[in-house]
This record gives sequence, structure tokens and C-alpha cells, in this order.
Amino acid sequence: MSTVSVSLTQEGSRKKSFLEEVIEHTPGDCRLSSCIQCGTCGGSCPSGQDMDHTPRAIFAMISAGLKKDVLKSNTPWFCVSCYYCMVRCPQSVHITDIMYTLKRLAIQEKMYDDSKAPDFSKTFIEWVENYGRAFELGLMSMHMIKHNPFGVFKMAGMGMGMISKGRMAFTPTRIKGMDSLKAILNKAKELEAMA
Amino acid sequence: MKYSYFPGCSLERNASAYHVSAMAIAEPLGMEFIEVDDWNCCGATEYISLNLTASYALIARNLAQASKETSTKQLVAPCSACYLNLKKCDAYMKESPSLEEKINTALAAGGLSYKGGTLKVRHLLDVVVNDIGYDAIAAKVTKPLKGLRVAPYYGCMIVRPKLGENGTFDNPEYPTTLDKLLKVLGATVIDFPLKAHCCGGHMTQISESTGFELIRRLIKGATDYKADLIVTLCPMCQLNLDAFQGAMNSHFNTSYHMPVLYFTQMIGLAFGMDAASLGIGTELVDARAALAKIGVEVPEAELVVKKPPKEALPMPSMPEEK
Ligand code: SF4
Ligand code: SF4
Ligand code: SF4
Ligand code: SF4
Repeated sequence: MSTVSVSLTQEGSRKKSFLEEVIEHTPGDCRLSSCIQCGTCGGSCPSGQDMDHTPRAIFAMISAGLKKDVLKSNTPWFCVSCYYCMVRCPQSVHITDIMYTLKRLAIQEKMYDDSKAPDFSKTFIEWVENYGRAFELGLMSMHMIKHNPFGVFKMAGMGMGMISKGRMAFTPTRIKGMDSLKAILNKAKELEAMA
Repeated sequence: MKYSYFPGCSLERNASAYHVSAMAIAEPLGMEFIEVDDWNCCGATEYISLNLTASYALIARNLAQASKETSTKQLVAPCSACYLNLKKCDAYMKESPSLEEKINTALAAGGLSYKGGTLKVRHLLDVVVNDIGYDAIAAKVTKPLKGLRVAPYYGCMIVRPKLGENGTFDNPEYPTTLDKLLKVLGATVIDFPLKAHCCGGHMTQISESTGFELIRRLIKGATDYKADLIVTLCPMCQLNLDAFQGAMNSHFNTSYHMPVLYFTQMIGLAFGMDAASLGIGTELVDARAALAKIGVEVPEAELVVKKPPKEALPMPSMPEEK
């Protein structure tokens, strides 16, 4: 697609385009610059009706360099990682991976609006970084207390059920190699900051 | 056959029924599982949203640990989310030398290393249907699940996306392996149109209405097709469809009752194992009536109300505790 490559071919000390930035921050070959704007992704998306922009629109906005609008969009936060778009995309664009990249960039640039998701992810990670293990269910309960006290009330029946069935634990397990895991993660964060 | 086994946090916690039933069928099927030593959480879909290098290093530590096992290069995960994370990390490390180098620099800080492509990451269902095979399974069936109508549910991450040269082990749009397996066990398998649709993952935490709607569609779909129960292969899918079914019902003012069991539990039942030894009875939506149709009795679950330990994280206080 030609609109994409125009600005890319200019040499010199020019600032990286937003498109290049997104590609660079996505693992593997994400093929974003091959997007032909066919809209298959948006048509496949189960969260489409809740998204500010369809995945196709987001990709057009990335190409157009509308960084702020893209990072403020709720679209990546409503992506449920179902991968339908990815298997249907005629250009094999790694759409779901790009959604993760947009979440990361939005957090880095403190751009997200009113999304509970970053906080949910952060709590989860705190557990992983301190125990080496986590579990979604315990985390969900914690998250609900923080954000949705009425939700806790609604879910209390479920919590009680999980406890009586012996399925509710209160803390994650701590792994033996916590020191080595911490060293690995610290090094990884250093490397990420250098990129 | 020998396999390295990555249980994942869910199987160690709320989905222990899946773990227990997987272990129970391992022996009759001739599978030997060696748990990955000191494995850590793979980060689900959360870590990757915050830090790319760290999230891949977190996953890669598990690959590095598993690759130390000399007796097998096959790594099996029963959780779809863990499976995809491990498989993706392996595939992208192989595909991108710069990512591989970066991850290995991080791993080296903890005295570990991993080369992309060393292990073959497999989902438990793949191993059961493709390595063991339908015929070998059929030969062990002593109590066919005759008369039980089941809705096979694959969810998303097990059949999508296609990664690496081998792609996926089943069709990403219309998978059939679980259908065939359940037929072999003697069940009546409905042609479930939503079988590879998404259950919403952690969406109930971000937007209740979106999350509950995704769950409702699946439960309604199975109910419309007159399924007695849904059969799943992922602890997160089970949690969403089973534990959140009540909350979903109150959200929409509906009264669906659709039990959700694991495929490993169905295999165990067809092999004549008793329900309790397969962790049946721990589901929140009672499966008793459905299983009575095939003459399976589920013992009354004993009430194991554990009090939270002092150092525990804050938890909602349940009405009964007051
Ligand atoms: S399906 Fe692929 S090519 Fe089509 S708009 Fe989406 S990303 Fe672009
Ligand atoms: S992976 Fe995300 S963007 Fe793609 S179809 Fe699913 S929810 Fe939509
Ligand atoms: S994806 Fe979920 S179950 Fe798997 S290791 Fe991570 S937290 Fe545990
Ligand atoms: S169906 Fe739900 S829990 Fe299962 S893999 Fe998909 S999002 Fe995750």
C-alpha cells in the first residue's frame, strides 16, 4: 500500500514515523505495512460494537501518523485476543499482537482514558513479580474490590460457591527460583528501556 | 510417551479438577507427564500489555526450564492461554534472531538460556487425539457416554492463530478434533456453531456488559441446541462459562443452567472412572442432572470453607462469614 511507504523512504535524521514505531515494538514480523484496508478484521471482531475504532480504522490511523488518537482509542483495550481477525486477514497481519503493542505504548505515554484494564494487568504483574505465580480468579476478586464494590456484591454468591467447592485460594504460590526470575525480569526491563 | 508438563497457575488453583482428571487418564492412555521444574506463571495476556521484553523473558524462563529435561522435547500445556504464550514465544524467538538474543541476555542474568525451536509446544488435546489417537482411546471405553448431548467448546487460543511452519493442529474456523473425540466416547455431539468463538477472557473485569454478553451467547447457543453440558479444554473458558454463569444470569435476568466440564473428565467417565476421582462436583453449575442421564453419580461435595490466612490479600467478605 503506497500511502504507507511514502514517508518511510525519506532518508536522514527524520523522526521515526508512528507506523515504524508500532512495527518496531511488535515481536516477530507483524506485516502491518502490508495492510490493504479490506476490513475483514473489523467484520470478524466480537468486540467491534464497543470499540471506538475498528481494527481496520486503527491501522489507517497508524499509517496516517495519528498517534494521539490511536493511543487514546479504547480499541486495544476491548480486544479479547480471540485471533479471528488474524487467521482471516488476507495479508497475515499480526493484528492481535499489534493490539498488545498499542496497549503498551498507551501505558508508556500515559494516554489511556478511563480504562480499568491497565490496572488489572498491573495487579496481575505485581503478583507474578513477587511470587512467580498468579491466578486469574484471585486477581479478579481483588480487582473487583478496587473498582466495582457493587460488582463484588453481585459476585459474592460466586465467591462463596468457589470457596465451598475448594476452588478459591487466597494467595499465589511462591516459586523457588524467585531470585533468578527477578534477575531475569530486571535485565529484561533494562533491555526494554534501552530499545 | 513422555512429555514435559506445564500445568499453569489455574490448574494449580481454581482448575485443579482439570489437573486431577488429566493425571487420571494419563496412565491408561500411556502418557507420562514430567512437570516442568519450578515453572512460573506465563503472564496470561496481562504481562504483554505492559512490557514486551519482560513478558517474553517470563515465558522463556519456562521454555528454558523445560528444555533441561533430556528425556523429551515435547512440552504439553492443558491451558489454552499458557499453550499459546509458550508456543508464540518459541516461534517468535525462532523467527527473530534479535528477539532471541535479547531474551537470552535477560535469561542469562538468571543463569538460563533457550534456543527457539528446541521444544515442540503442544496442547493437551492435540497430544491426546494425535499421539494417542482415537482408536486407542475407543479401545479403552468401558462406559460409553450414550444418550448424553454435549456441546464441544474450543474457544479461541487453541486453534488460532497459525504460527510457525506447522500452523495449528485443527481448523481455526471449524475445528473438529474435540467433536470426534467425544463421539468416540459415545456421546451425542451437537454441531455447535459457536464452538470456536471467544468467551471474552478477562473481559468481565473490564466491561461487565461486554464480558457477560460473550458468555451469554455461548450458554444460550448450547441451550438452544439442547446440549446437556458444554465440554471445554481451557481453565479460563471453564471459569468464565461456569463460575460467571450465575452473575451473567442475574445481569440479564435469565435462568440458564448449563454445566461445563473438561474433556479429560469426559474421557475418565467413559473409561469407567468414578466422578469424584476426576474432580467432578467442583463445578459451580451443578452437573448432577446431566450426568444422571448416563448413570453417573456425583457424590455430595464436602464443604471445605477455608478461612483466609492472615497475610492473605484482601478478599471480598462473603455473607456467611459475617
Ligand atoms: S484484515 Fe488485514 S488487511 Fe484487512 S484491514 Fe484488517 S489488517 Fe488490514
Ligand atoms: S483478536 Fe482482538 S481485534 Fe482481533 S477480532 Fe479478536 S477481539 Fe477483535
Ligand atoms: S495463563 Fe493463566 S493459567 Fe496459564 S500460567 Fe498464566 S496465569 Fe496461570
Ligand atoms: S475462549 Fe476465552 S478463556 Fe478460552 S482461550 Fe479464548 S478468551 Fe481465553
